[in-house]
Amino acid sequence: MSTTTTQSGSGAPAGNSPGHTGKPGASRLVSWKAGIGLSLLAILGTILFAFMAGPKSAGFGIAEASNTGASTLAAWITLILALVISAGLGYLWFVRRSGTGSGYATVPRWIPACTVAAVIALCLAALGVAKVSKITLESGPVGWICAVVLLALAGYSVFLTQAKKTTPRWVGGVFATVFLVGFLVWIVAHGNDAEPAISLAGLIAGSVTLAVPLVFGSLSGVLCERVGVVNIAIEGQLLLGAFSAAVVATVTHNVYAGLVAAAVAGALVSLVLAVVSIKYLVNQIIVGVVLNVLISGLTSFLFSTLLTADPDGLNKPGHLPPVDVPFLSDIPIIGPILFHQSLVGYLMYIAVIVVYLGLFHTKWGLRVRAVGEHPQAADTVGINVNRTRFWNVLMGGAIAGIGGSFFTLVSVDAFSKDMSGGRGYIALAALIFGRWNPIGAFLAALLFGFADNLQSVITIIGSPVPSQFMAMLPYALTVFAVAGLVGRSRPPAASGIPYVKG
Amino acid sequence: MPDAKTPRDEDDDVATDVALDTADGAMAPSPVPASSQGGTIPHAAGGSLFRQIVTGNAMVSVLSVLLAIVLGGILMAVTNPRVAETAGYFFARPGDMLSEVFKPYVALVQGSLFNWAGADTAAQLYPITETLTVSTPLIFAGLGVALAFRAGLFNIGAQGQIIFGALFGAYVGFTWHLPFLLHLVVVIIAGLVGGALWGGLVGLLKARTGAHEVIVTIMLNYIANFLLLFLLTTPAFQRKGSTNPISPFLDQTALFPELLGPQFRLHAGFLVAVLATVFVWWLLNRSTLGFEFRAVGANQSAARTAGINVPRAVVLVMALAGALAGLAGIAQVSGTEKYLSGGVAASIGFDAITVALLGRSTPWGTFFAGLLFGAFRAGGVAMQAQTQTPIDIVLVIQSLIVLFIAAPPLVRAIFGLNPRKKKNATGGHGSGTGSGATAGGKIESGAATA
Repeated sequence: MSTTTTQSGSGAPAGNSPGHTGKPGASRLVSWKAGIGLSLLAILGTILFAFMAGPKSAGFGIAEASNTGASTLAAWITLILALVISAGLGYLWFVRRSGTGSGYATVPRWIPACTVAAVIALCLAALGVAKVSKITLESGPVGWICAVVLLALAGYSVFLTQAKKTTPRWVGGVFATVFLVGFLVWIVAHGNDAEPAISLAGLIAGSVTLAVPLVFGSLSGVLCERVGVVNIAIEGQLLLGAFSAAVVATVTHNVYAGLVAAAVAGALVSLVLAVVSIKYLVNQIIVGVVLNVLISGLTSFLFSTLLTADPDGLNKPGHLPPVDVPFLSDIPIIGPILFHQSLVGYLMYIAVIVVYLGLFHTKWGLRVRAVGEHPQAADTVGINVNRTRFWNVLMGGAIAGIGGSFFTLVSVDAFSKDMSGGRGYIALAALIFGRWNPIGAFLAALLFGFADNLQSVITIIGSPVPSQFMAMLPYALTVFAVAGLVGRSRPPAASGIPYVKG
Repeated sequence: MPDAKTPRDEDDDVATDVALDTADGAMAPSPVPASSQGGTIPHAAGGSLFRQIVTGNAMVSVLSVLLAIVLGGILMAVTNPRVAETAGYFFARPGDMLSEVFKPYVALVQGSLFNWAGADTAAQLYPITETLTVSTPLIFAGLGVALAFRAGLFNIGAQGQIIFGALFGAYVGFTWHLPFLLHLVVVIIAGLVGGALWGGLVGLLKARTGAHEVIVTIMLNYIANFLLLFLLTTPAFQRKGSTNPISPFLDQTALFPELLGPQFRLHAGFLVAVLATVFVWWLLNRSTLGFEFRAVGANQSAARTAGINVPRAVVLVMALAGALAGLAGIAQVSGTEKYLSGGVAASIGFDAITVALLGRSTPWGTFFAGLLFGAFRAGGVAMQAQTQTPIDIVLVIQSLIVLFIAAPPLVRAIFGLNPRKKKNATGGHGSGTGSGATAGGKIESGAATA
């Protein structure tokens, strides 16, 4: 969560020079950012969740009524598997930690994350086995519990900072989770009904669906920025992908041809970006912004002239039906959320995993990152910088294009003007929030999809928070992230700088 | 993409430009390429006067506009079923097809400059006044973007700054009731303050935390937009008795006076835009502050070494850029719209980026680029009404123009105007001396404008 940058006793974190990190050692300086930030949020949480708690209870639907009972076997198998895995990981974690005795540094990063995931799966499977279909929480007591936990965590963080120690990451994680729970209970309990309730399964499933184009877009951004090309044109790639998918799928009567066409279209936008910014060395941000305007104008123009004149012949793509993965989709709660997706949804999982493994566990990935961080050094060891950049940007465009096909082949069955609706920019935000890491970008995109879906859900049940503020959330979080208030985000060093051999 | 004939030479010159632009690969290139700043193009120095003119920047701008218009025309022709129809008997009656092809552009000119089919003088002159009206907010916002460009900052946030300017100005305009002129002045000041706050926030974040201004401005655009939508549902901003998210009308005293009588929409905001252009010209070329801005834009490290307070310059230039964009918001609420609505900023903030780029970030260049894009907008409306050509074509042409302008070598290569062939003939100077001379030339030209 926090970095060792500077200490300012009076209050606000003042005088941070960008990129400056304090040296660990005798005169170690610990940032007050985490302590102060958590304290403010904890106070806010206490006021909202505890003192302003509504008299009503909040209901959370866990599973669809029709879905229960059909999958007892899957639920039991999942329960047992999750139990075994979480126990195993937990043991591994414990052994690694106590074995060396020096703390977190020796535990591989994936162990805590996977353990938490396994425990969550375990809890959900237990709910499935117990056939719980709805949880009802009293907003008053839950609010108070959340508030006390938040205050305690903030106090712990302040205490650690006082003792010149950095706040460990888990404090931030737990804090965010508790805050989210408190917030959900509080906001649902303020609904208009007598017993307000939302479907938690529907909420999360909707978030995953809404996140699909964001994930593809941010993966495109990761591929481009990691190789040193700023890709603002994600919006254009999504939009042209959506357009070509619609047109080609209609003309060929084949949705899969549409999917391929979307990838080609995205790559085409990237081609312009790559040629103009790598060969003609134009500022990449300018090219990106201009490309977005160009694609928006071009698709709107073609839509108004050709597609509206002949909607049946040009703008009636088929639908990519959702596909159930055998067995996995029978798992209660998790199954319908993760394994009841269209082909584009499964491609998303594959893309995240492939990009992650490719970037961080292959020779190719090492080269790509070298080019993005220090092109001169990469060139010295014989990597063709501009060719690497060119192909990566093209690949990024193809991925974003596939994400664009989601709009016309999965969510809506026809193209309409500017239908990407600024999601390319949210994808950009997700990429930054995820710290230029495919997994991080994926999680950030899920978070933004969640915020987006929560906004529409609570608008339906009625809420004390205006929906516009919920809609603002991803953007505000991103501003905090780039300003260094939420963790530290640092782009690849050579991002945005063209490379000229010589 | 036509292949350049002398790739090696071109690469040399481009390399020089990039070395100059990026401080030898240490920073991202400036939004205003060094090769497009100043009046002369050093590469062409050895050529004849004619050669210098045809390869110079002004020529590249003209050619870019021409190329974009031709491409736009091709796009319209291809998508127009009437063109295909008339093309069938092209050799029998070529006039039919040609008139079909040129019809949208004729309508564009008729809707933006002079309507020769108008009934009386007023109707004939209406298009040009409409162009000036539409240009006014574009010029303001374009100046804001251009000013930030000159300090090396990429201000994508004109949209949000326009919204904030409009928000502040409109609130003062319909809640306070002051005498004529004083009210307008107060509204303008409120707009300046609103824009400056939203722009200055970006500068502050950039200066204090190093947050990249592109990301921050994009995000702040959305935040401003949602804030506006929210405020328009609150009693303080929503029109009494209306369920729509629109504000009350501004007081008559808060509006810009109409310049040419009630039958034209042209208002005094245009004169303010001229004044703002003069002010930005004075600021950039005649004031210490402007010199600091340009120094920061050219090379932050060098500016810091020279004793310039870089963070202060960053905050100030973003606040000033925001204030200028805020004036665009005032031009909307006090000039054309007369009330505040969710669509008050339309797409002006994004158009402003293209305006500033086309104007090469010089004040007067931005002014005329604003006029050109204003003409496209105004004419586009007439074109859509007369020929059913969607106004979106204007976006295509606009973005193509900017794309070509941003890449002068591309345009020169397309028209075969690369000055490099000449240079090759003068002998095999090493690229080192070449770059030195080029850099010297550029700094000289920069100093000349200072």
